[in-house]
Amino acid sequence: MSPGARSLALHGGLIALLFALGFLLPAYHQGNLARIMVLATYAVGYNVLFGYTGLLSLGHAMFFAAGMYGLGLPMQHLGISALPAFGLGLLSAALLSTLVAFLALRTIGVAFMIVTLMFSQAGFLTILYFGTWTRGDEGFVIAQASRSLAGVDLTQPLARYMAALVLFSVALLLTARMMRAGFGQVLIGVRENEERTRMLGYDVFRHKLAAVIVSGTLSGAAGAAYALLFGYVGATFASVQYSIFPLLWVLLGGAGTTIGPLVGVIFMFYLIDWSSGLTNAYMLVAGLALVLLTLFARAGLMGEVRRRWLPWLP
Amino acid sequence: MDFGPHLLLAVLEGAVGASVLALTALGLSLVFGVMRVVNVAHGEFFMLGAVVAWFVADTLAGHPAVGFVGALLIAPLVAGAVAMAVDRLVLKQVHYDPEATIVGTIGILYILQQTALMTYGPEARPVEPPFSHRIALPWFEWTEEGFEMFYPWGLSITSYKLFVIAAAVLILLTFWAILSRSRYGLLMRATQLDRETALAFGIPVGRVYSLVFGLGAGLAALAAVLIVPIQQAHYLMAGEPLLLSFIVVIIGGLGSVRGTVVAALLIGMSDGIISVFLSPTLSKILATLLVALVLVFRPQGLFGTKAA
Repeated sequence: MSPGARSLALHGGLIALLFALGFLLPAYHQGNLARIMVLATYAVGYNVLFGYTGLLSLGHAMFFAAGMYGLGLPMQHLGISALPAFGLGLLSAALLSTLVAFLALRTIGVAFMIVTLMFSQAGFLTILYFGTWTRGDEGFVIAQASRSLAGVDLTQPLARYMAALVLFSVALLLTARMMRAGFGQVLIGVRENEERTRMLGYDVFRHKLAAVIVSGTLSGAAGAAYALLFGYVGATFASVQYSIFPLLWVLLGGAGTTIGPLVGVIFMFYLIDWSSGLTNAYMLVAGLALVLLTLFARAGLMGEVRRRWLPWLP
Repeated sequence: MDFGPHLLLAVLEGAVGASVLALTALGLSLVFGVMRVVNVAHGEFFMLGAVVAWFVADTLAGHPAVGFVGALLIAPLVAGAVAMAVDRLVLKQVHYDPEATIVGTIGILYILQQTALMTYGPEARPVEPPFSHRIALPWFEWTEEGFEMFYPWGLSITSYKLFVIAAAVLILLTFWAILSRSRYGLLMRATQLDRETALAFGIPVGRVYSLVFGLGAGLAALAAVLIVPIQQAHYLMAGEPLLLSFIVVIIGGLGSVRGTVVAALLIGMSDGIISVFLSPTLSKILATLLVALVLVFRPQGLFGTKAA
């Protein structure tokens, strides 16, 4: 099989499997998987920057929150309907990521991590500061009646699941296509050796800029969808913890693999779900996972699979 | 209260915050300077210090001073020992790779924080100060009748807060003496300047790293023991000192000790003063944005001269 056909078979097969699971799974796991697919979209967005371009951001929660509040605030206070509000969510994430990219990309390495962390923290505090509209930590609930898209009621479990699947599929296929095209290859070149890529005549800054914007906008799309599908907007989603989560998911699933983000979210979601039944200190699991991954499996689950058995895995 | 006394009070409160911040940030700066490691778990060692202080004070019966002195000795040792174990078991294993150490210390952050939640619990608990006398402060004014001295209502400070400032100054001086006068300080500075050459001259760089990481954590724990009679010990208390230490270390120039102390005074004082007149959230937004922009446009820090 050619690489293109393989990629199509893998991703098409995965989407078909998820589609079938929508009808087969019991209600509880169907709800979980809908949430997982939205969060996996966030992870796919993060992976574009971290996995493929090699830039470690500690502030992606600001893009997720930009999408979430970009959709939530106009719906709540201006009575705008879901579809244009989703557009506004995407737009705010795109604008914010453009601004952050121009500033943060002047730095590299550790400084880049701290700059993104600080911008994200400033964003989080800004949400708290304008508590009159955002309701701060407490957050607000988007009215059930307004949560419908093109006549489809997104509060229905199956409709919600399918909407999450559409979102995830678009993100997955988009990144898979992008990484096979010249643009993605240059990003991988930047990750492997920035100087050499520059020597070959590629405009490294413009490629990194585009990577941040694509990554931030995908994260924002996930944030907007999360608010729309689950009806809640709150400052927790802008906190440091939600910048750490995508890093953890992508590391766990396998950075720089197309299906790694989904695998990482599924594992982490059920691990936390299971451990929160045992103890209220469920974040301990996340901490242990981060340390163990750093020590023993830097490539993540799908990275290990690729290394050992399937070298063609995209 | 008039503006003048109000400002004096803000300056005094700011000085207490600044002295504790200087100790905490110095630990972070030392670790970054010598080891080139950004320790995201630094705030958790601060929390560990406070929580251990509570356990010690709770165990040792008798006069509060006994518990306090016990905590002052035990808490930094516990935090230092935990930090040295982290250095050996995690940081050394990933060969101090910058990205891996950041991800690893984020993991350590959650492990320490959640372990505290499981053992110490979600409550905030105070530690009794060893002594605490309210000292009313006088205020001077020129009026039509001439020079006047009086005690404005509310203008006061406790003796314990003055002790915190004095203790922090003493610790900073001791630390400075160790770093610049002792053999250990020489080893640390040599490792900071050039790791390879230090290794070639037979300096046990691995041991120096462990020691420095333990010392950094110990400084944070010491700062926490000093502050815990004023604030309470809580498992989520690490966020604020971590953020402020980051701000201080970056403004002061990564790895520069003098810059760190100057910046700690500046940030701690202005944080105390600004919060009195401005919303604390707004002042934090401005501070974080300032740090980000300093890193973008002046990565050597405001006081640094050359790139670190």
